[in-house]
This record gives sequence, C-alpha cells and structure tokens, in this order.
Amino acid sequence: MDEQSAAYWKRNVKLVSVLIAIWFIVSYGFGILFVDALNSIEIAGFQLGFWFAQQGSIYVFVALIFVYVAKMNKLDREFGVREDD
Amino acid sequence: MDLTTLTYIAVGLSFALYIGIAIWAKASTTGEFYVAGKGVNPVVNGMATAADWMSAASFISMAGLIAFLGYGGSVYLMGWTGGYCLLAMLLAPYLRKYGKFTVPEFIGDRYYSKTARIVAVICLIFISFTYVAGQMRGVGIVFSRFLEVELLTGLFVGMGIVFIYAVLGGMKGITYTQVAQYCVLIIAYTIPAIFIAFQLTGNPLPQLAFGSTVNGTGEYMLDRLNQVVTELGFLEYTTTNKSTIDIFAITLALMVGTAGLPHVIVRFFTVPKVRDARSSAGWALVFIALLYTTAPAVGAMARLNLTDTIQTGEVGAEDGNLVYEERPDWMKRWEATGLLKFEDKNGDGRIQYYNDANAEFATKAAEYGWAGNELSVDRDIMVLANPEIAQLPNWVIALVAAGGIAAALSTAAGLLLVISSGVSHDLLKGTFTPNMTEGQELMAGRVAAAVAIVIAGYLGYNPPGFVAQVVAFAFGLAASSLFPVIIMGIFSKKVNREGAIAGMLVGLIFTMGYIMSYKGIFIPVLIENVEANWLFGISPEGIGVVGMLLNFIVAFAVSKVTAEPPEHIQHMIEDIRVPKGAGGAVDH
Repeated sequence: MDEQSAAYWKRNVKLVSVLIAIWFIVSYGFGILFVDALNSIEIAGFQLGFWFAQQGSIYVFVALIFVYVAKMNKLDREFGVREDD
Repeated sequence: MDLTTLTYIAVGLSFALYIGIAIWAKASTTGEFYVAGKGVNPVVNGMATAADWMSAASFISMAGLIAFLGYGGSVYLMGWTGGYCLLAMLLAPYLRKYGKFTVPEFIGDRYYSKTARIVAVICLIFISFTYVAGQMRGVGIVFSRFLEVELLTGLFVGMGIVFIYAVLGGMKGITYTQVAQYCVLIIAYTIPAIFIAFQLTGNPLPQLAFGSTVNGTGEYMLDRLNQVVTELGFLEYTTTNKSTIDIFAITLALMVGTAGLPHVIVRFFTVPKVRDARSSAGWALVFIALLYTTAPAVGAMARLNLTDTIQTGEVGAEDGNLVYEERPDWMKRWEATGLLKFEDKNGDGRIQYYNDANAEFATKAAEYGWAGNELSVDRDIMVLANPEIAQLPNWVIALVAAGGIAAALSTAAGLLLVISSGVSHDLLKGTFTPNMTEGQELMAGRVAAAVAIVIAGYLGYNPPGFVAQVVAFAFGLAASSLFPVIIMGIFSKKVNREGAIAGMLVGLIFTMGYIMSYKGIFIPVLIENVEANWLFGISPEGIGVVGMLLNFIVAFAVSKVTAEPPEHIQHMIEDIRVPKGAGGAVDH
C-alpha cells in the first residue's frame, strides 16, 4: 500500500473508532449498563435511561451515520480518492 | 361502507400499484436482476432497504411485544436499528467498492476459496428460509383476518403477487415496489398512532406524546402507566426483570445479526457509488426510525388504553372492573379469532385482568374475591386492534391491513431474491456450471425464485412448530457466521482461507448447537431453557454474540499458524478500502 492510501486508511479507521465508541456509550452505556442511575433523572415525563433505550439511542444512531458520511466525503476529497474526481 | 369492502379497496389498490411497478421495471440482465443495475438513487435505496428490513414482525408484533415487556422491549428497538451504524461504517462502502453481486461471492473471492463460498451460501439460504417462512405466515394471517378468506386462499394471493414482481423484475422490480410498500406501511402505522396520541395526551406526535401528560390529569403518561400496571401486580413498565448481561447480549446479537443479514447487505450493492452506500445506510435508518420511534409510544399507549378499558374503577372495588356484557365491540371481534380470551373464573360477570403469577398480589386479589386472571391477550393483536380500541374510522383499519401486507410482502421478496441469487449465481454459475450464458443464468435465477416462493408458501401454510423461535436462529446465525468473516475480510489483511472457514464453522456450529439444545429445534430439548442453565447467563436469543467472538478468535488463531493470504488478495483488500475506481453505474 502506498503512503497516501495508508494515511487515508488510518484516518478512516480513527474516525470510525470514535463514532463506534459513541454508538456504544449511548446505547449500551446509557440505555443498558447505567440505565438505573440515569432513570433517577426525569426530564419532561421521561426517565432518562428509559428514554435513551427507547428513543434517544435511535436518534443518535441516525446522527452518527450522517456525521460519518459528511466526514468521509471530506476525507475522500482531501486525499483525492473521490470516485468522480 | 363496511370494513370488509373498504379493506378490499385498500389492499386491491396497493396491489394494483405493485403490479404496475413490476411491469414498468422488468429486468433484462443479470445485473438488473441481482442488483438493479447498480443505478438506484441512495435515498430511494434507503427507502427500499427500510421496507425490506421492516417485516411483519416489526409492523404487527413489535409494538405489542413492547406493550407487555415495557423497558425489556428496548432490546428490539436498539437491536434492530443500531446494526445500521455497523453497516454504514464497517461493511456497506467496502462491499460496494468490491462491486459484485452477492455476499457469498465476496467471501469466496476474499478468502480465495470455493469452500468458503459454499459455506456462506449454506448459511445464507438457511437464514433466509427461516425468515421467509414467518413472513408468508404473516401474509396469510392478515389476509384471512381482514379479507375473511381461507388462510390458503390468502397465501396463494400473496405468493402470486410476490411471484409477479420478484420473478419478473428481480432486484429492479423489488426495489421500486418496496418504495411503494414503504409508503403504504409507514402511513398505515403512523396515522392510527397520531390519532391515539392526540386522543390520549392532546399532542399529535407519538414520540412526544409518549412523555406528555394524560388528558384530564396532570400526570405524565409513563408515570401513570407505571402506577396502573403495578396496582395490578405487574412489573413497573419502565423496568425489567431480565439480567443486564442478557439484555446486553440480546441487543448486541440483534445489531450484529442485522448487519450480517444477506438480504440487507445486498441492498448496498445497488447504489451507483461508494459514498452513496454510506449515505444510503443513513437514509435507510431515517425511514426505519420513523417507525421504530413511534412503536414504543404505540406500545405504551396500547397498554394504558387496554388497562383503563378493563379496570374502569378502583382496583379491588366491587364495581371497579368492566362488566363482560358491556365490553366494547373490538373485544367481541377479537374473541372470535381466539386471540383474545375471557374466562369468568369467579363468576361475577366482570373482567379481572391482573398478574396472578405475582404471589404477593395474588393474596390481595383473593381478598377482593378474584379467582385468577380472566383475560388473555395475544401480543400480536395490539397493533391491528389499536385503531379499533381508539374507535378510529373504518378506513384507518383498512389501511392498517394494507400496511401489514406491504410489510410482509416487501421483506419476503427481498429474502426470495437473495435465495435465488445464492442458487443461480453462487451455486450454479460460481461453482457447478461456470459455463452458463447470462441468459441461462437469468433464467436459473427466475426458476430459483419461483421454487423458493412455493417452498416459502408451503412453510407459511404448514409452519414448523417453532416459527417464533427461528427468528433467534436467523439472527444468531447471521451474527456468528457471516458478519465476522466479512468484517475481518475488510479490516484485516492477515486472516486467510483456513482461518475464515474454521471461524465460520465454529461460530455456526456453536450457535446452532446452543440454540437447538435449549429450544429443541429439529431435536428434543436437551437442557431446560431457564436462566440458571444458561452459559454466562446469556439466553439462546443472545448467544450469537458468543458465537461471533468464537468466530473471531478461531479465525485469528488459525490464520496465525497457516500461510498468509496470497499477494493478489492483499492488493484486493487495499483496493476495496479506497473509494476511487469502483465500477460505474448502469443507466436505465
């Protein structure tokens, strides 16, 4: 692999690792492992842990993918590996 | 107009639409048949993926399941959405770059092995058939309930419709019909939810009504729900009695299983560019989230409505319960189907609905003169009965019937297509008869799809006794067999043929063996399916996670002691990691 591609791949893996960490913390952390602690906080009719498990995690999943798409498009341009360039 | 006529109109119109699309989108090449010529717009593909993904189980069963499980139902909500993050970031763009037609084809090429490809095809066919049997059953049930025809007639109609657009149109026909089916199913799902949310809380958005105050009281809906269910001896709605490790494992198995299901993965082969595969996964999740964030609200509202209908007054008061003779019409209708049952155990002519398995509450109940829970409600009726419970007009109920059928048909069609491509492309063209012309392969694909429909229909009519249980099977197998080898194929250059085959087999055999021993599929139950007997406290539903870990460990270990993948494979891996240079779209 040439240096350029290796650098691109490294940045890609780093971005994905950060996003997957957030993915894990929100769903498995807030929604499952720390659900009891968060449930003691109540906001607008929802116990917070319960809300993350049944609503919040899904919104975060959607947001994560679009952040990934935007960041990767930028990365593709930076390295000149976009398909139609 | 009466309900049956309206239902015929709603279902008939939606069918006319699907058939019209099928004729317009007839496939003429194998590329169009397998992956719609790779020319599908990412938003359109996202919508088709959403319809493909959301099955009769999501549409009909999930909200009902959540209504009775409360917080415990979160495993389905997170489990069946979170996998899309894995798909978008770890699988879809690279598989699109690789640029061929099927999942086993990728596995076969990456691990330079026909054996690996065949093992993958076998996993794929097994996963898809277990899944499709449940879909055909769903189609048959909706038909026979709402159109008042025999189950067999309903199944034939459903099979006929799928036959027309899957066999004629292939992936191209399926994609565009799925877009129409998504529209039908999401409208059918959200309209009743909006009506009910507004009636109950004055806020029409179910996602917000879920956290609003109930009309006429100052109480938040979830607080009130916790109160009314615990008063009847049930578990608090926002908690669960499942162990944390099991919730964790089931959620992870469902997420990873989602990302490993071949009929979902193959959808990302159909878009023009690598970056479209990324965004398409995002759009798919947007469209899925519309239903998945509505479902928990529907579940909670249904539970509250049901409890309030039956427990009309104070718990334990002589006149606190609904008089059986004064029960609403929807209860009468569902009693006729046998899915709602009442037995007047204490002979007072009123319905007592409470948790008689709760010993503490049962003593209290005995003091009230209650002799056991008198009402049994099948979870599957909650979504279908919801509009009736909320006394919505008949056209809404007709729409829900059309939506349920759309959900089942779209998933069935997607599954049938991966079965047919597995047979015609991977087994015939790729392994046994490589000299086929494109025309012959296309024909073989159509024949395979037709045969698969007939088998699926048969399974729908004579479901093996374990239809509900095989869902765990399909996800467990996808999580433990296909997902790890695809991920390793992209992210590691070291994992080789021997490692992948050993990993897949170990993951598969361990997971199958575990589920079969506890659930008794194909064989008698070997170990009683109770928490005390589970490995690490993980139920058969979540065991795919352990299978997946075994697959990873074995694959890395075996690869370490055997020869590295050849150089051209290492180049192939480097190539799929970079978007530039993917095969272009086919215009149509």
